[in-house]
Amino acid sequence: MLDWLFPSPADRRLLGTAKFGGPTPWVIAIMSFSIMLIAASGLALASTAALVSSSIETRYTLQVPGGGANLAQLVATVRSTPGVSSVRAVSEIDMRQTLERWLGPAAESAELPVPALIDFDAADASRLASLQRRAQSIAPGASIVAHRDSVRPLLHSLHLLQWVAFGLVLLLSAAASAAVVLAARGALDTHRFTIEVMHGIGATDLQVTHMFQRKILIDALIGSLAGALAAAAVLLLLASGAALAGELTGGATLGPIDLLILALLPLALTLLATWVARTAVLRSLRKAL
Amino acid sequence: MHGAWQGAWATRPPLESAGRQVAAVAEFDSVGLRYGTGAEVLRDLDFRLRTGSFYFLTGPSGAGKTSLLKLLYLAQRPTRGRIKLFGEELSEAPREDLPPFRRRIGVVFQDFRLIRHLSAFDNVALPLRIAGASDEDVEGPVREMLAWVGLADRASARPPTLSGGEQQRVAIARAVINRPELLVADEPTGNVDADMANRLMGLFTAMNRLGTTVVVATHDVSLISATPGAQLIRLENGTLVDPTGTLKNPPRPPRSAG
Repeated sequence: MLDWLFPSPADRRLLGTAKFGGPTPWVIAIMSFSIMLIAASGLALASTAALVSSSIETRYTLQVPGGGANLAQLVATVRSTPGVSSVRAVSEIDMRQTLERWLGPAAESAELPVPALIDFDAADASRLASLQRRAQSIAPGASIVAHRDSVRPLLHSLHLLQWVAFGLVLLLSAAASAAVVLAARGALDTHRFTIEVMHGIGATDLQVTHMFQRKILIDALIGSLAGALAAAAVLLLLASGAALAGELTGGATLGPIDLLILALLPLALTLLATWVARTAVLRSLRKAL
Repeated sequence: MHGAWQGAWATRPPLESAGRQVAAVAEFDSVGLRYGTGAEVLRDLDFRLRTGSFYFLTGPSGAGKTSLLKLLYLAQRPTRGRIKLFGEELSEAPREDLPPFRRRIGVVFQDFRLIRHLSAFDNVALPLRIAGASDEDVEGPVREMLAWVGLADRASARPPTLSGGEQQRVAIARAVINRPELLVADEPTGNVDADMANRLMGLFTAMNRLGTTVVVATHDVSLISATPGAQLIRLENGTLVDPTGTLKNPPRPPRSAG
C-alpha cells in the first residue's frame, strides 16, 4: 500500500532530475511558519481563557452600598455560610484609596458613593440566594455579583480570537493547498510526454500518480518542517523574552496537548499537501484517455 | 541485430495473456472517427484482424492510417461504431479498464516516442516495469532484447545521443519486450536504411511466427512485397478500399537458395 514511498531507482529516474515544483517547498515553509505561529497564538488564547474562566468560576463579590459600616458583621455572615472560603473584605477606605489613582482628591468626596466589597469563593451556588437575603437584612441593598458575569465579555472576545486563529489556520492551509495544486499541474505539464508514453504502454493512473505523490510528499515534508522549526525558534524567543520581562509568567502557557498539536501540524500539512497533489494529478489524468 | 533469436524472451508467454486466445484480435464494426467538430477522418470501417496474422496498412498520406492505428492501440475512442479488442468490446469501456489491454499491445511510433532522460535500457524496460516486473526479472530480458536489436553496447545511452536508426531499434525493442499479442508499427522503417528496414521486418516476421498479430503502416511497397503471406489493408479518404478487408497481398514465390 505504501510501496510508492519507496520506489526503485528505476522508478525514481522516470521523472528525471527535475524538481517537482521549484518554489513549492518555500511556499509550504512560509505557510507552515505562519500556521504554527497563528495556531500557537490560538492555543495560548484558549489556555488563557480556560485559566481565567477556571479561576473566577466560583468567585463572587458581595457589594455593600454606602460603605458598609457594618462590614465586620457582613464578613462574619459570609464566612458562616457553608462552602464559602477565601473571604476577603475591601473596605470603603481601601476602595477610595484605590480610586484615588484615577479620580484624585475627588475620590475622597462624600458625594461619591463608594461601596465596600467582600470577595469570596462559593463551592455551592445554591446557597447564594439565602446568603444575599441575610446580607440584605444587615445592609439593605447588598447584592452578590458573580465574577464570571463581569468577565464574560472578555472571555467572549478571547473565544472569538480563538476562532479567528482557527479560521486563519484553515485559510493558510487552503492557500498552501492551492499552491500545491498549481505546482502539481506544472509538474504534469513538464512531464506530459513521459505520462503519455507510460499511459500508452499500459500504466494506470495510480502508477503515474505515485511518482508525483512521492515528490510532493518530500517537498511538503521539507517545507513544513523547515517552517515549523523557524516558528518554534520564534516562539521560544518570545517566551524567553516574556519571561525576562516578567510577563506571561504564571499566565497563559502551552500545555503538553497544545505542544503535541503544534508538533502534529507540520505532519498534517504534509499529508494535506500530498492528498491535494494526488487528487489534482488524478483529476488531471482523467481528462486523457 | 541478430538473426534467429532463441533467448528466454522468445519462449516465455506474454505477461498478461497466457492461455487466452481469440480468433480475432481486433474487430471493427461500422467505426467512424472525427476529431472535435471536424469532418470524419475514418468512416464505416468494418474489418477483423485474425489472431497470428500479418497485416500491412497502406494508403496515401492523410488517408487515416495513423488514426486507425490510434484506435487499435487504444489512444483514441471511435466517435461511432464498435471496436472489439481481444474479444472485449472496448469502444465505451471505462478508461480505468484500458491499461491491461494496452499492455497486450506493442506500439512502434513513427516518432519513436522514447523518453529522452531515460537510458536505452530503461526505455526498453519500461513496459516490464509497468507490468510489475521486479528489477531482477527486467535485467535479463532487456539485455537480451538490446543485444538482439544490436544495441548491447548502447544500453546506457540516452535517446538524444543515439542515431535515428538506433532510436528506432530501441523503440521496437520496447514495443516487443512484453511479448505483445498485437504489435502495431507506424512507418517503422521510415528512419532507417534499406538494410536496417529488412532486418526490422525480419524481427516483425519472427514475432509473427511466435503468434503475435502484426500491423505495419507503411508506404514502402518493397516491404510489402518482401513479406510473403501478409495481408493488405488499404485506406483512402478514411475508408477501406476493400470493405471486406480481405485483400490479399499476393505472396511472392520463395526466393531460390543461392
